[in-house]
This record gives sequence, C-alpha cells and structure tokens, in this order.
Amino acid sequence: MTPKQKRWRNRIIAALILFFLILALEATGALEQLFGEPGALYAEFVLFLIPYLIAGYDVIIEAVKKLGRGQALDESFLMTVATLGAFALILFPHTEPHMAEGAAVMLFYQVGELFQSYAVGKSRKSIAAMMDIAPESANLLVDGSLEEVDPEEVSPGQLIVVRPGERIPLDGVVTEGESSVDTAALTGESVPASAHPGIEVISGCINLTSPLTIQVSKPYEDSTVARILELVENASEKKARTENFITRFARVYTPIVVGAALLLAILCPLIIGAATNSLGDSALWADWILRGLTFLVVSCPCALVISVPLSFFGGIGGASRLGILVKGSNYLEILAKTDTVVFDKTGTLTEGSFTVTTLQPEGTITADELLALGAHAEALSTHPIAASIRQAYGSPIDQNRLGAVEEISGQGIKAVVEDHEVLAGNTQLLEAHGIAPQPCTAVGTVIHLAKDGEYQGYMVIADEVKAESKQAIAQLHRLGVNHCIMLTGDRKEVASAVAADLGLDRHFAELLPADKVTHVEALLAKGKKTGHHVAFVGDGINDAPVLMRADVGIAMGAMGSDAAIEAADVVLMDDNPLRVAQAMGIARKTLAIVRENIVFALGVKFAVLVLAALGLANMWMAVFADVGVAFLAILNAMRAMAVKKTD
Amino acid sequence: MKKSYKLQDLDCANCAAKMECDIAKLDGVEEARVNFMTQKLTLRADVEDFDALVEQAQKICSKYEPDCVIIR
Repeated sequence: MTPKQKRWRNRIIAALILFFLILALEATGALEQLFGEPGALYAEFVLFLIPYLIAGYDVIIEAVKKLGRGQALDESFLMTVATLGAFALILFPHTEPHMAEGAAVMLFYQVGELFQSYAVGKSRKSIAAMMDIAPESANLLVDGSLEEVDPEEVSPGQLIVVRPGERIPLDGVVTEGESSVDTAALTGESVPASAHPGIEVISGCINLTSPLTIQVSKPYEDSTVARILELVENASEKKARTENFITRFARVYTPIVVGAALLLAILCPLIIGAATNSLGDSALWADWILRGLTFLVVSCPCALVISVPLSFFGGIGGASRLGILVKGSNYLEILAKTDTVVFDKTGTLTEGSFTVTTLQPEGTITADELLALGAHAEALSTHPIAASIRQAYGSPIDQNRLGAVEEISGQGIKAVVEDHEVLAGNTQLLEAHGIAPQPCTAVGTVIHLAKDGEYQGYMVIADEVKAESKQAIAQLHRLGVNHCIMLTGDRKEVASAVAADLGLDRHFAELLPADKVTHVEALLAKGKKTGHHVAFVGDGINDAPVLMRADVGIAMGAMGSDAAIEAADVVLMDDNPLRVAQAMGIARKTLAIVRENIVFALGVKFAVLVLAALGLANMWMAVFADVGVAFLAILNAMRAMAVKKTD
Repeated sequence: MKKSYKLQDLDCANCAAKMECDIAKLDGVEEARVNFMTQKLTLRADVEDFDALVEQAQKICSKYEPDCVIIR
C-alpha cells in the first residue's frame, strides 16, 4: 500500500470500530436511559455523524468541489446526497431513523474505494513486474575498459560486455565468450539457449553462465526490449467492443438512475398523497425519499467500468508472460470468437529448413556410413539439399577422399569417393545407370545412393513438422476451433501428407502468395455471414499481406523480424505453434470473465433497483449492490492475469 | 503529432472515460486516449501549440478528478 492508502485504511478502520461501538451502545438501550425519548434520537444522530465524517469527509469535500465545477452526476456527490439524505430523514417525525444506514453506506463505500485503488495498483504493479525486462544500464567496452552507460547511448557497432546474471541490454551478435541465455521473460521458453561467437542474441534475455562480449546491432529504441514494451504499453489503448459498450452504457446509466430517484422521491409521494388525500403524511414522504436515496447508492457504474478494462489488461499481461504479445484488447475479443485458424505451412507448422528425416541403408552398409557416403558425394554441391545432408553428417569432409565430381542436372551427382564410383540422386539417375532403387513413398526429397553399381539405400530430406504442431491442432480442436486450415506453396503430395499427419481439417497446396490472400478473403467473407472470425498464423516473412487481411494476424518466431511485428495483431515471440492455442485459451478466459462481470454486476444492480422501487430493498442491500459487486468483480477480473505456464 | 503523458492520481475509471470523451472534443485533437490501467494520456493532434492543448486537457482532468495531474 502507498502511504496515502495506509492513511486512508487507518481512517476507515477507526471509523468502523467507532461505528460498531455506537451500534452496540444503541442496542443496549443505554442512550434512552441517558437522554430520554426524543433526546436519545438526537444523541444517536450526533454519534453516528462522527464515524460518518471520519470516514467520508474527503468524499464530501470532493462532492462540493465537483458541484462547483458543474459535475453533479459524479459518484462522490451522489454518495454524499444519499448518505446525508439518510441522516436528514430524522426531519420527518415519528418515522424510523436511518442514521446507522447513512453512516454504514459511507463506510462501506470507502472500504470499496480503498480496495479498488489497492487492487488496481497491485495489478498494475504485477504487470509492470512481468514486463520488467528493460535493463537499466549497459557495460560499454571502450579501449579495453568497461564503462557503465545508459543503453540508449550505445550505438550500433559498439561492443558491450554482459556479465552472468545480467540482462542483455541491446540486440547484437556475440563476438566473444560461451554462455547460455535465459529467454523466458521474452518467450516463456524455459530451456536456456546457447550463445557463442557468431550467434545473434536479443535484448531482455538474461546471460546465465559466463561473460559475453556482444557487438550491438541496433540502437536501443529499435531493440527487441524497447519494441515489446511499447507494444504492451499501447495494447490497452485499442479498446475492445465490450469496453466501448460499457463506457457508453455508463454515460447513460447514471443520469437515468438519478432521474428515476428524483421521480421516486418527489413525484410518487405527490401522486399517492394526492390520490389518498394524505399529502401531509410524513411517513409517506420518508418512505419514498428513502427509496430514492437507495437508488442513488446504486447509481454508480464503477464496478463495470473498472472490471472490464482490468480483465483485458490482465489477459494481455498474462499472455505476454508466455511470450504472446497481443496488440490490443479488441484482438483478444476477436480471438475468443475465432473458429477458423489458417496456418501457413513452411516455418509455421514445419521447421522451415530441410533436414535428413530418414536413412534407409540397404545391404551391409550402416546408416552412418550411408550418411557419410552421401555427404562426401554431395560435398561440392551448393544445393540446399546437399547442405542439409552435410549438416546431418556433422563432421568435416575430407577433400582428399574425393575424386572427380560430375553434377547431372535434374538427376543428381556422380562422384568418385575413395576410388569408388558413387551415385547420389533420384530414381532416374540410378535407372540410367542400370540400378533398380527401392520404391519409396516417403514425403520429401528422396536421394538414392549407389556405390560401384551396387544399390546402397536411400535417404529422405524433408522440411520436418514441428514437434508441437500435432498437439497444437488437437488443442485448437478441443477449444472448438472447427476449421484448422493449411495454406502452402508446396507440392500437393507434401501438403496432404503433412495435413493428414497433423489432423488438419483442410489444406490448399501449390499456392502463390496472392492465392493465399484470395483464400483467406473467401473465408473472411464466409465468416462475416455467420459472425465467426478468421485467424491467420504465419512466420511473417512472405505473408505480411495475409497477416494484415485476416481478422487476427498471428506472427510467430517474431523475435527480430520487424515486418512481422508491424503487420501482425498478435505476436508470438517464439515459433511454437502451441502458443496459438494458448493465446486462444487466454482470450476465451478473459472474455468469459468480462461477460460474468457484466451479467453479475448489471443483474445485481437491476435487481436491487427493482426491489428498491417496490420498497423491498433497504440501503444495506444497495451498498452491497454497489461496493460488494465492485469488490467481487475486481477479484474476478484479477483472475485474468493468472496464466498457467505449460511448457 | 502524437505525444503521451503520465497521469498522476487517476483513481476513477469512470472519470477517465469522461476525460477521454471531453479531451477528444478539444479543437485540433484527432485522437485522445486516457488509459486508466497504465495511467497515461495519449494525444494525437494537429496544432501549433501543444502545451496550450495539454493545458486545456489538464482543466478537463481537474474537472472530473481534482487531484489528477498531467505530468509534463
């Protein structure tokens, strides 16, 4: 609590103690014995006024100030009128006094206000802590010695040193040192990444084991940390439709309720009094004025106005802890209503790089020998497939083992390795040399190998499906996303194999980038009719137009890709497709909380208003409808922040 | 031009909404956002004298919340 809140709290506690003491004193009947019949009433009046003023003097002062500025429909003014009005009912002789209620309403109102201020401050702080990824300083390397400077003063090209335990202040490339870095604050990924010379590191990560020297590649304002902070800070400015609705609703709610209060307090007793010829009956007036005052207590829409943005803020904050950056409350809202998720294939559902997925040796050769043979045959080729075979082999190629190499366009390679003639290529290549290769149905590029005219086996090089992709699709299906669709420029066979493997609902292959936009637009048009929304998930490299076109564009693996961060509405820091389902789960949960709060708060308020108009609700119920509801709605809203960390 | 300011002692969400509504109506203001959660005022306006505009915004803030100050 801040000092201001502490003083506030102490004042409320003192007033509460006093209030209950007076209540007890009144119950014992001691006041009647001391002051006599009418005297006890006035004593009570004065006594209850003490805790009332202790707790609420600032509310009254504020009310007066605002009235002076022409703000009569303000919550402090309405509370002041309602409570003072309750005290003033003493002016009607021979009716029940309502001083205790007047004091209680002010007390609980203040309790509620304090709690509100505390809760909002707390969630603000916990989200700020979550986002505490900005480093305070950088250790700049100047002429061999370190100088502590503000990260904003470092310019690209300069060298900085990050000691173990420190946060990397700026994006850059490691030039010296071997260490591992914790990217959890940015990506939610708990496994540390390794860092060694040549590796790009991003700001906001924590260096774990040993010092790293980094050559800065971007100025601070373009670094990952600065961009993320800006993005999350501005996120709650793009308001959700629910939020705008509540703001508009709040604008009309108070005047209507206050107007109704006036009608109840003045018009009703006039009409009834005139009809029954009892205009002078003080009990009649006291009863209807009390009903009007009860209305005033319920006239503030604060519970709603505060709990809705608080929920969205919490949801966005919680998501950012998992490395899911949502650019606005409105996107969270749309995401919750999304039932069609369109994926790009390469780099999104698959790794986006070629790897050797299968080694199938034939005869006496082992898998390792097969790989070594392939790597040597492909040693001089610049084809990406050759590169992926060499990468899988891992060891350096011994050039001395190589003889003449001949590249046969569209077929493969004929090379001499250690005086053996090696063929590495497709079926046509082997058949052209009179060798019958094994038939193979695997998805991807198949390289058959033969040595000295003898078939050795084959290897398959494919763009591997990400380990999490299948689970991600399954989770989306469980969340009720009935259309998981894949778009790809890849061949039909590859696309349908991946789609079948992952359990996708539909897929479209051999598409040009423009075709992807057309497909997404068709889905959008269909969704518009049914009120459903379409999300597109891509890696942001070639699909910026589609990202922008979709209801929600989700870019993954966006660390460092400026174009993707710019074009997308939701940015996934890592490239784990499971995050899509997580983001959707958070969006659904947040929206559910918002809906609960709206229904609950409005339900209780309207119920109390109706009961009060009928004379069935008293001020105690009204103060619950105001403060109690705000209290519960805020507690509920804070749930949005709690996000399960599942890795 | 777009500028953002910190708001001190912004305690009432409903007031924040009212402030936003009124500030948006000031002359030259293209977009005004009062963010209750981050306690920030963001102004996008096409005016010569930004300080005078902020001064007017401050008056609106004080009207709804006497304690609320725009930190410049």
